Amino acid sequence: MSVDVDKSAQPPADAPPPHPEPIKAIPVRHYGRWVAAIVVIGLVALLFRAFASGNVNWDAIPEYLFNGDILKGLRNTLLITVLSMIIGVVGGVILAVMRQSKNPVTSTVAWFYVWFFRGTPVYVQLFLWFNLGLVFQYIDIMPIYKDEWSDFMTPFLCALLGLGLNEAAYMAEICRAGLNAVDEGQTEAAHALGMSHGKTLRRIIVPQAMRVIVPPTGNEVINMLKTSSLVIAVQYYDLLQAAQNVGRDSGVVVEMLILAAAWYLIATTVLSIGQYYLERYYARGSSRQLPPTPLQRAKARLSGGFNRAGGAA
Amino acid sequence: MTTSKMTTSKAAGTSGGPMVKAEGVHKSFGAAHILKGIDLEVAPREVFCLIGPSGSGKSTFLRCINHLEKVNAGRLSVDGELVGYREHNGKLYELRDREVAARRRDIGMVFQRFNLFPHMTAVENIMEAPIQVKGESKSAARERAVKLLDRVGLSDKAGNYPSQLSGGQQQRVAIARALAMEPKLMLFDEPTSALDPELVGDVLDVMKDLAADGMTMIVVTHEMGFAREVGDSLVFMDDGVVVESGHPREVLGNPQHERTKSFLSKVL
Repeated sequence: MSVDVDKSAQPPADAPPPHPEPIKAIPVRHYGRWVAAIVVIGLVALLFRAFASGNVNWDAIPEYLFNGDILKGLRNTLLITVLSMIIGVVGGVILAVMRQSKNPVTSTVAWFYVWFFRGTPVYVQLFLWFNLGLVFQYIDIMPIYKDEWSDFMTPFLCALLGLGLNEAAYMAEICRAGLNAVDEGQTEAAHALGMSHGKTLRRIIVPQAMRVIVPPTGNEVINMLKTSSLVIAVQYYDLLQAAQNVGRDSGVVVEMLILAAAWYLIATTVLSIGQYYLERYYARGSSRQLPPTPLQRAKARLSGGFNRAGGAA
Repeated sequence: MTTSKMTTSKAAGTSGGPMVKAEGVHKSFGAAHILKGIDLEVAPREVFCLIGPSGSGKSTFLRCINHLEKVNAGRLSVDGELVGYREHNGKLYELRDREVAARRRDIGMVFQRFNLFPHMTAVENIMEAPIQVKGESKSAARERAVKLLDRVGLSDKAGNYPSQLSGGQQQRVAIARALAMEPKLMLFDEPTSALDPELVGDVLDVMKDLAADGMTMIVVTHEMGFAREVGDSLVFMDDGVVVESGHPREVLGNPQHERTKSFLSKVL
């Protein structure tokens, strides 16, 4: 690039380059920002005061934080979340591939599946699983297993199938969007190198689709954690159920609801941190330089002094 | 750029006949008739240039050669083998995907938009197909990838992702990636059309080096200088047919057809 420079304005070659004089100017005062900050802080303080002086027994919350029943409910909530998500992801991948299949029967079946499970509330689906005994009296998988339906369909299985199969419909759409987001030139380049369909999908397409698939899937996990509180419909003993039971028995109903909310918040926070690092991993190659993690940024600040501009990367 | 030469024993082909032979090749997309009967022959070790206005079907023809597009009529063969079909007792049998993939191993292709794998570094891009397709060991593939990067003048960029490379560097990695499969034929689909003018030269230098090494190359290009200097034969296509063909210097210097003349007057 060539820029016209007035030669006469340049200092003689032997003189040291002059230090530019930093601009000294009076910054603009944002009075509006100060007013807004004071108003917001005031409102938050009022809210705090209302809760603190309200008729809530705050001491009960730390007391029951590690209560055995509460912890059992929390464990069940995490278990059902993880297992339902596994069913959802595996089912979603299968449905997405079925949907793209050249076979009209498989693609239509996949379409109907998504249509049904996305089109009905998951609460209703849970009730349906619970009451499926009206349709099937017995379960009979000939040589392996035979039982009455009501014995077979435990609250756990109802919750698992209800949440997992519903999730599969959403995951199918997320996976389909991810696969479609990869440029067609990638498939062509892989095929031109002699790679088979399967290898192209596994080595080239899916790793790139993951960048599109992971962020909404993280959202789905967080959503699932909260949606799992609906399994109260099938009498599964989850965190909310535990909190309600403990609250009823000990006369601290509202306190236990706040406690449940706190546990949900802790769990979603942990999941959010995991999601951040997972997204970062799949973003490699898509941007020239990955932004530093909060940990790296903190380290850089400590070693470089606080006066250095943060987040310059 | 180093002059380490790659083995090009394959470049002569195994059939003893032409490397590519097209007889009355037709291709249409729906109602659009793109190729209207292409006849041509590419000899082993030849640098064969395809020129013509956009939409004339030259890229489509190139993509037919490695079966990225299916030919509708006519016969197209590479090194004596039909593209996409097996002939037995006078009947044609469509090849399975696996067989099509096997034939493509020997044909390298370089795209206008590079199409490097963005989630892999330069050296991983080059190693991918030898490992996945040929089952080569990781260390052997890496050793060759490093040599190829050196050959295209990018030995210091092995660990870079494509997004960290300029267009010209990406295209040279793409050429190295195709060469890693030790092809007997290289297809170039407007390899310099997406590049800034000052980056074109580096890519053309790599291609000249390859031509001097005896690689059979079919090049769809708008670089008339390259065609004149390196090309052994040249075909001018327009509207899905071959209008004129011959030695590049003759066709470019003394075009016989009106359409060739008017096209050349616009691009030269």
